[in-house]
Amino acid sequence: MATSRKAAASEPMAAAQLLSLLAGALSSGRVRVVDLTQTLAPEFPQIALPPEMGQCWPFRIEEVSRYDERGPGWYWNNFSCGEHTGTHFDAPIHWISGKDLPHGSVDTIPAQHFIAPACVVDCSAQAAADPDYLLTVADLEAFEAVHGRIAAGSWLLMRTDWSKRWTQESDALAYQNFDDTGQHTPGPSSEAVRWLVEQRQVLGFGSEAIGTDAGQGAHLRPPYPCHTFMHGSGRYGLQCLTNLDQLPPTGSVLICPPLKIQRGSGSPLRVLALVA
Amino acid sequence: MPLLKPRRKNPVLRTRQINLPPSARSRVALGLTAAAAMGRFELQQCVDCKSVVYPPREACPRCASSRLRWREQDGAGALLAGTTLHHSNDLFFRERLPWRLGLVKLDAGPTLMVHLHGAVVAPQDRVPARVHIAARLDRAGQAVLIALPEKDSPNMADDPMLREMSSDPKQRKVLVTDGMTPVGQALVREFARAGAELIWVGHAQPWKQHGSGLETIAGLPQVTLLPLDLTDGRSVQALAGEIGAKVDIVVNNAEVHRGFGISARRGTDVAKLEMEVNYFGALRLAQAFGPALAGRSADGAANACAWVNLLSIYALANFPPHGTYSASKAAAHSLAQCQRAELRGAGIRVVNVFPGPIDDEWNQNLPPPKLAPAALAAAVVKALRDGIEDVYPGDVAHEWFERWRDDPKVLEREIAAGGA
Repeated sequence: MATSRKAAASEPMAAAQLLSLLAGALSSGRVRVVDLTQTLAPEFPQIALPPEMGQCWPFRIEEVSRYDERGPGWYWNNFSCGEHTGTHFDAPIHWISGKDLPHGSVDTIPAQHFIAPACVVDCSAQAAADPDYLLTVADLEAFEAVHGRIAAGSWLLMRTDWSKRWTQESDALAYQNFDDTGQHTPGPSSEAVRWLVEQRQVLGFGSEAIGTDAGQGAHLRPPYPCHTFMHGSGRYGLQCLTNLDQLPPTGSVLICPPLKIQRGSGSPLRVLALVA
Repeated sequence: MPLLKPRRKNPVLRTRQINLPPSARSRVALGLTAAAAMGRFELQQCVDCKSVVYPPREACPRCASSRLRWREQDGAGALLAGTTLHHSNDLFFRERLPWRLGLVKLDAGPTLMVHLHGAVVAPQDRVPARVHIAARLDRAGQAVLIALPEKDSPNMADDPMLREMSSDPKQRKVLVTDGMTPVGQALVREFARAGAELIWVGHAQPWKQHGSGLETIAGLPQVTLLPLDLTDGRSVQALAGEIGAKVDIVVNNAEVHRGFGISARRGTDVAKLEMEVNYFGALRLAQAFGPALAGRSADGAANACAWVNLLSIYALANFPPHGTYSASKAAAHSLAQCQRAELRGAGIRVVNVFPGPIDDEWNQNLPPPKLAPAALAAAVVKALRDGIEDVYPGDVAHEWFERWRDDPKVLEREIAAGGA
């Protein structure tokens, strides 16, 4: 009893000390902050569905005033976009498989889920060789063999360096990578997603391309397995991430709170990683 | 003498600014302008005594009847006398001397004072020369009469006087705002055939170009593809910054067309997108490119001259199966009228095109007749050449327009009853 009382008494102190240590490490640069966000810009492409379907708005921005007759002393803009524009967060209710889950929208997800550790699986070589590359269970087992077990409640980020097609070349054609059979971008296999959800209880899946599912994900079984299984199990998605090559395989912590949109299915957001 | 490629301008000299020809007209005289805007030469004819009347009047000068009706004329006549003006106190003519004028007696009756095309031969030994009278809009947008040779000759459109009354794409630089549609591609091919010097072609969301046919025009020597998305103000500004000071003719063919009324589609996202491109896109483009175009409207032989808006016959009367599209085109039409009024002072012609259903993917379920993109493109170039302001290309457009002009209310009821 005495031990547990002592532990209970010392825990708040330890936590406060932890935060103070973190603040010190952040200000000294011993803990670095890596920005995993693409800039919201009108040219940044968005997901393309057949034109007769509903479409996600691209990012658009218009000046309200710029130190001119519309407002002499100030500069500001109005902007518009969809919930799934730019670097964005997918909530469980985004997909029909997660539509009835409690705490499934961005305004009801527990706030502590927005800060969580990340595992980064490097598939950049495979994606360079094959734009349709699908992450396999074997890739994940190989990752664990080197870096240890993927902890429950952590993000699984698939590094493909796909983001460099945009950030280095600003080339929407290369980033979208369409031909007449649709988009060709990497993503997870159906088996890998089920394994992550059921065997490892990950918090969510993050990717560098326009969606968490592969460009040809509509042809997998089931179609869009990452959306279907992750959201059906109350897990989250992050996409259009960048700078994943600056993260260690394990040990980083993601800070990624979406906007608090009432019954929102997702939101553009700033994704930051704390890296030791 | 055909128009050769103009020399490059001397960049240290002031760019000549426009002075408009005299533009005051009485209300009744605007009937001549209304017909000329559609490429017709109409004069008043008395219902009672059949006299053809000129100049336009309130009552028949022969029988005093007030029943004068505008009737299309064949324009055949004889040139009685011609003269060449070497002096004028009017700024527009002063800058364009010498200028030929003549007296023509129409076979239909009246005698007219007209402008003389360079290829019209002056009367020899008191034998009148046969001519063809056309009503054209001048740089002020008002109807004037010009005598053309009885038979067309090659390069007659290159006549400096006629070029002041038209917007011939020959040797001019053209922007076509959307190259990703069959209409855009047909326009580009038609402008290339018409002798345009350069054709800039916009394309939005370039990753969607597979299957669009964009590659069929990309290789034409006149063509440069440029990113342009009318929903993005920054994109429009960026392109205006790059080529705005060079464009002579803007052709805004970018549009979004979906086949929904009010109840066939949940929500407003489709209607918003239609407005975003068809109305706000046109507004962004007009704000970004209009001023530079207006500043170059008297800039040499290949001056900035025209702005083409691809509207729809549904702009005049709503076609309920494509109801929100019709509404966006009605908004675009209204905006184009504002644009025409604003650019008239600069001598820039605003050409509004009102096609019926075009033979494209979004009209797949409509039965023929549908307007072929190539026919639409040909009508646009012809309108620019002939100085026409309002274009109703194809049978459907023409018929709708006539019914609308006859009685808009009757047309509304007919369409509502499914009698499109």
